[in-house]
Amino acid sequence: MRPDLEIITDLVNPGARVLDLGCGTGDLLAHLAQNKQINGYGLDVDRDNITTCLAKGVNVVEQNLDEGLANFEDASFDMVVMAETLQSVRHPDLMLDEMLRIGEECIVTFPNFGHWRCRAQLLMRGRMPVARHLPHTWFETPNIHLCTFRDFENLVRDKRLEIIQRFVVNAHYHPRPLLNQFPNLFGTVAIYRLGKPT
Amino acid sequence: MPEQIPPDSVGVVTPSSFEYPDAFLLQCGVALDGFTLVYEIYGQLNAARSNAVLVCHALSGHHHAAGYHSTDDAKPGWWDTCIGPGKPIDTDRFCVVSLNNLGGCNGSTGPVSVDSATGKPYGPDFPTVTVIDWVRSQALLADHLGIQRFAAVIGGSLGGMQALQWAIDYPERLATAVLIASAAKLSAQNIAFNEIARQAIINDPGYGDGHYVNTSTIPEHGLGLARMIGHVTYLSDDGMGQKFGRELKSGDLNSTQDVEFQVESYLRYQGQSFSRRFDANTYLLMTRALDYFDPAGAHDDDLVVALRRASCNFLVLSFTTDWRFPVSRSKEIVSALIAARKNVASAIIASEHGHDSFLLPLPRYLEVLGTYLARVADGLDSPATETPE
Repeated sequence: MRPDLEIITDLVNPGARVLDLGCGTGDLLAHLAQNKQINGYGLDVDRDNITTCLAKGVNVVEQNLDEGLANFEDASFDMVVMAETLQSVRHPDLMLDEMLRIGEECIVTFPNFGHWRCRAQLLMRGRMPVARHLPHTWFETPNIHLCTFRDFENLVRDKRLEIIQRFVVNAHYHPRPLLNQFPNLFGTVAIYRLGKPT
Repeated sequence: MPEQIPPDSVGVVTPSSFEYPDAFLLQCGVALDGFTLVYEIYGQLNAARSNAVLVCHALSGHHHAAGYHSTDDAKPGWWDTCIGPGKPIDTDRFCVVSLNNLGGCNGSTGPVSVDSATGKPYGPDFPTVTVIDWVRSQALLADHLGIQRFAAVIGGSLGGMQALQWAIDYPERLATAVLIASAAKLSAQNIAFNEIARQAIINDPGYGDGHYVNTSTIPEHGLGLARMIGHVTYLSDDGMGQKFGRELKSGDLNSTQDVEFQVESYLRYQGQSFSRRFDANTYLLMTRALDYFDPAGAHDDDLVVALRRASCNFLVLSFTTDWRFPVSRSKEIVSALIAARKNVASAIIASEHGHDSFLLPLPRYLEVLGTYLARVADGLDSPATETPE
């Protein structure tokens, strides 16, 4: 189990209704089903991911996030999760609105483009950064809306969303003290637990 | 039949009959004095009797879903691509029950059966049969076979509607419902196509008052036309384009009433062969059953409320070029199941073959169905050991 998924698991109440946007191979939902007895659903479009989910007994629904989530009712889930997918959707800002329309709360994780390795590659070599947490070259990356932690928090502030909790981890998904001191410089992945607009 | 029976075939199979002796009250208010259902079984029931799978057929289907009836058969059953040893509906693990529905024309009680009250075939007087009636008669068949609970009820198109009805009407009698290329009700366009088909049949002079059996005629032209209309809705524009293009039969532009394009020739053949093997009154009855199917209707058109009673797991599959029951109709079912807090998985299979895709050996389709059902089989108590009566 990836440590960031462990952190997310801790944030979900037992028996909750969970929607996982971009559920991948269904590890999180399977883990939550086993440990928190949740009623969970995952959306994905990758054929192999869907087959893997089916083999695990995960409630996977083939649906393209960029085609919207209008088929989900308001406040129909306790928690809407999007793990490392926000940066690859067409409208991340509208996606956040949708997540908090459907869910009471949401959990968003994404890679930090403000990490010092990214900054250094751009500054010293003049190249688009490629790092452990951002392994794709510019022309093949699915990440079309990369941002830094600061960018994201500005958006969250503009939308008046509540940051209930934030966890910053390194490339191995481990939390470290230094990361909380200078998250936008040393943090690799952030996990935000957000509440509805205040 | 192929020269040798393929190893993934269920082989030569023999149909059986289930005679229900008591009165059977249909939803329309008419009671049948008992009925006969013809069915086939592939695979063996396990000791716990927990591995039975019910396969429900579509509009023109029947009980012969897999294998061969004799060594002279040119083709196997209609869903042989999915049913057999090692296939998605794996007969090494499941005991598959496939029947001809009430009102059918392949041996089960229907318009061609003799009405004991008159001593003559029912013909057009056979009472209206609904999906609810079918499911109830299938449950009686299950009782007869000693099957308390199906591991899965599976169907494509109209068969998927039966699986959905099963989930609502007998929540405790199935673990899984698999709905393929189906819908929770017909659209106005669907009903319109069915009505054109019905008009083609009843306006054929050969149909007469519907008692054509007495006059030794059949509405061959009308039923053929109905099949041609249906067939167009089963294929996709792209699929037809690839199969036939605009190829002319002769290659020159003679203006005649005869067949000019390959697609015309194909449709005429489909219509003719169908009208010789299928009963027109059964076709009318089956299209009506399709039209009337609407489980949400009794709940203020709220499918979520209709589905609350269900407790099984669902798999919902659809095909990209299906315009008879498009992907959007499957999405309606999935959304309602999620809102009703039911376990549901879904996949949208890329295919150029339209509605007919559910009968075809499309690799991803077989993989998804097989993966899902393998997990269902993994959850069963004991291996297959005995054949039911």
